[in-house]
Parts: sequence; C-alpha cells; structure tokens
Amino acid sequence: MLNVKSKLTKLALGAAVMGVSGYSQAVDLEVSVQNLTQGIYFAPLLVTAHSPDQSLFELGEEASAEIQAMAEGGDISGLEAIADAISANTSANPNEGPLGPAESTTAMVYPDEGNTVLSIVGMIVPSNDGFIGLDNWTIPEEPGTYTLYLNGYDAGTEVNDEVRGSGMPGEPGLGVPPFLEDKVGFNATGVTSTLSNNYIHVHPGSLGDDDLEGGVSDLDNAVFRWLNPVAKVTIVVTE
Amino acid sequence: MKRFNKSVYSIALAAVAISLTACSDNDNDPVEEIVEVEPVPVVSTYEVSVVNLTAGQPASPIAVALHGSDVALWSVGESSSDGLALLAESGDNTEFLANENLLVTASAEGPTPPGESVVVSISIEDNDMSAMTVASMLGNTNDAFTGFTGMDLSTLEVGDSVTHYTHAYDAGTEANTESAEDVPGPAAGGEGPSEGREAHDFVTLHPGVVTLEGGLSSSVLTNDQRFDNPVLKISVTRME
Repeated sequence: MLNVKSKLTKLALGAAVMGVSGYSQAVDLEVSVQNLTQGIYFAPLLVTAHSPDQSLFELGEEASAEIQAMAEGGDISGLEAIADAISANTSANPNEGPLGPAESTTAMVYPDEGNTVLSIVGMIVPSNDGFIGLDNWTIPEEPGTYTLYLNGYDAGTEVNDEVRGSGMPGEPGLGVPPFLEDKVGFNATGVTSTLSNNYIHVHPGSLGDDDLEGGVSDLDNAVFRWLNPVAKVTIVVTE
Repeated sequence: MKRFNKSVYSIALAAVAISLTACSDNDNDPVEEIVEVEPVPVVSTYEVSVVNLTAGQPASPIAVALHGSDVALWSVGESSSDGLALLAESGDNTEFLANENLLVTASAEGPTPPGESVVVSISIEDNDMSAMTVASMLGNTNDAFTGFTGMDLSTLEVGDSVTHYTHAYDAGTEANTESAEDVPGPAAGGEGPSEGREAHDFVTLHPGVVTLEGGLSSSVLTNDQRFDNPVLKISVTRME
C-alpha cells in the first residue's frame, strides 16, 4: 500500500507541476540491444524516441524508400534525417559498426517532451531485405527496467533469392559486407524469384544450403538461419 | 501477505513464551521447566507444470532448481557450464543439478513427449525469496535446450501463478550436424555428449533444425523434428 500511496502522491505532484509550468517530468532511457542469434549480424541500429503520431514503419504497409535503404543495404542515413526532421531524440549506430552474434550495445536516449514512443530498426545481415524492428513502443512514465523481444521483419521490397548481389536499394541480391566476404558463398541459382508479400511482414527466415559454391542459396544453412525472436531489448527508464 | 502474517504471528507467540519464563525466574518461584518454542519451519512449495508445445521434440527430464536471486545458470553470449553442456547435449541433468549454488533441486522422472505435460513439485524451508531455474533439452537436436533461469519468486504469493512461454537456446558446445551419431533423441539414437567444445562456445537462441529435406546432407532429422518458438509452456504456481 505504501508504494501505491507514494505513487499517487507523485502523480498528484506531477499534475500540480504541470498545471503551473506546463512541463512534465522527463525520463531518460538506457536502451540495450542484444543480438540473440548464433550467426547473423545487425547493421548499424537507429534507436529513436519520437512523437506517437509518427512512425518509421507499419506492419502490413509498404516500406518507405528510407526503410528500403535500411533493410536492403543497412543505410540508416535517410531514417536518421526523418527522425531529425520530426524533432526526435535519436541514437544512430550506437555500436559504431555491426552488432555480431550474442553481442550487445547500449544507446542513451533523452526524449524531449512529446517524444513518448520508442522505435528501433537495423538490417539483418546477410539477408535480402530483413530487419529487426520495434515500432512505437510507449515509453513508460514509471522508472524501472523493461524487457522486450524483437522479431525479424521483411521489408517486402526485394525477392529473397539469397544470392550474392547488391546492397543498393532496388537492386537484387545480398549485399555482402567485407567482414562476411569469406562466409557467404557463390554461384547459387536462387531460392525463389517471386515476392509473395510486398508489404512489411514477419520474415520467414533464410533457407540456406550446405553448398557454398553452388546450390540454391549462397547462405550457409548451419550459420545464417534464425528463429524469432532475434533481439532482446532492455530499457532502463530513469527520471 | 498471508504467509508473512503467519510468520509474524508465530514470532509474537515465541516472544510471549520467552518473556513468561523470564518473569518466573525473577520471582524466585520453584524452578519451572523452561519451554523452548521451536520455530516452525515455513515451507514454500511450488508446482511447475510443463506442456511440450513442439511438433516433434521430446523434452528431456525437466530440471527444476531453487537458488539465490544472484544466480543465473546461463546467459546469452556466455559459455555454457559443463553441467549445462551435458544437459543440452544428452538430456542428463544430474551434473546441472549438482551445482553447489543450488539450494534445492527436483527433476521429472522421464522425458516429456511432444504434446504431453508433466508436473514437478519443489519445496524449500524458511525461504520465500529464492529464484527458480527450469531447464530441459530438446532431444532430437545436437545441443538445444530450453527453460528460464533466475525467475524471481519473492513476489509470488500462495495461489499465485506465472506462465512462461520459453525459447529454444543453443548451448554452443556442439556443432549442429544433426547426424545420427550426435543427436541422442529417438529420431537419431546417437551418442549424446561430445568430448569438448566444437562450436562457437557461447549460448544463443537456437536457429532451428535444418533437416535433410531442408538441405543439410549430414542430417538424419526430417520435417517431423522442426520446431519454432515458443517450445514449452511452463506455469509456476505457489502452493504453500
């Protein structure tokens, strides 16, 4: 009961302060993202607190050009520009590079008034257009530690052929970063040539094969497969 | 709160008994027998109810342990203990449960087949602040296990129940060959534990089984052994 009472008092005080100055107590966020997979990487992450009437992506809707650039090639600059334009509070690329299997990175975010939701995106590497995503999670007013698990999404902008190719938006194939040059195969014939869902959806996962010099996929099926969830997000909210 | 009130009550009784005997000493009355009130142990009992949600993965005998809140028996990114490696590669939980940090342990008698359920009870005396770990191997894999570690029990009151839907982890101690030699479950019948640490040697979530049809030529697994998260439903209920 004590707890409840003190919370009520705080709320009442908060309301009083708001009444006087029109300003509510802001919270700070320590956002840790852990890659839960055994073989895939996350390209630079965008962690951003913004107003709830905006969103970086919506499941079941078409990806923006900026989401496409992030999901196909790992480029978050377009999304970062959007975040800045809507006065979001953003941490871009907190790990200063890719986030490897089981690795964690921490971003500090200091939301301004009105930036009451949190979004996170980053490309799944290697993939055609896979990304991890958190869409408009309401930032709690109550200080504490909150844990979320993220799924892998498919931007729906590129055929999941799993063939070595380009990371440029609109161009087919897997963009292969230098650190994965030796782990991704060659000469695959392609897992599929059709795009069955061109809206943002839950990624079905990579298929892969066990032939790095041919086969249907250039992805090693013992390394680059995953099941959801792919990331654990721990958010420490402080006043 | 019920449990807390009871223990306060018994402490109060003990205090009364002690003060009574103290008075009688002061009065120089004939020596009375001093009655020592033995504190009645407060037993906390938890029922762990497990449902195997997979299509074709037997869950090895469910291991349940109570321990201090500062103990975690695995962590993503960290190397598996030898006891966890043995559990994840063979389903044998004896070494896992022999960990000296554990206060009390319990185990199901046998594996839980797909679709089946099992209940394991565990009790501890005079400690309702402990944490719980539950672990089990997915039998038709190289080194997949599931469960949770370090569940806080201090806020669980009598009659309360908490349900977890668990992920499949990869112990990272054996390469995922899916071969007849390395997979101990009924789909393969191979040898369980391997000698050393053939894989990357840190815990992650499991990528799932590839299977022979899925394109892994060393695999004896079929579509019947494929799984997705979550793999177990585990409900923990405090009974007393």
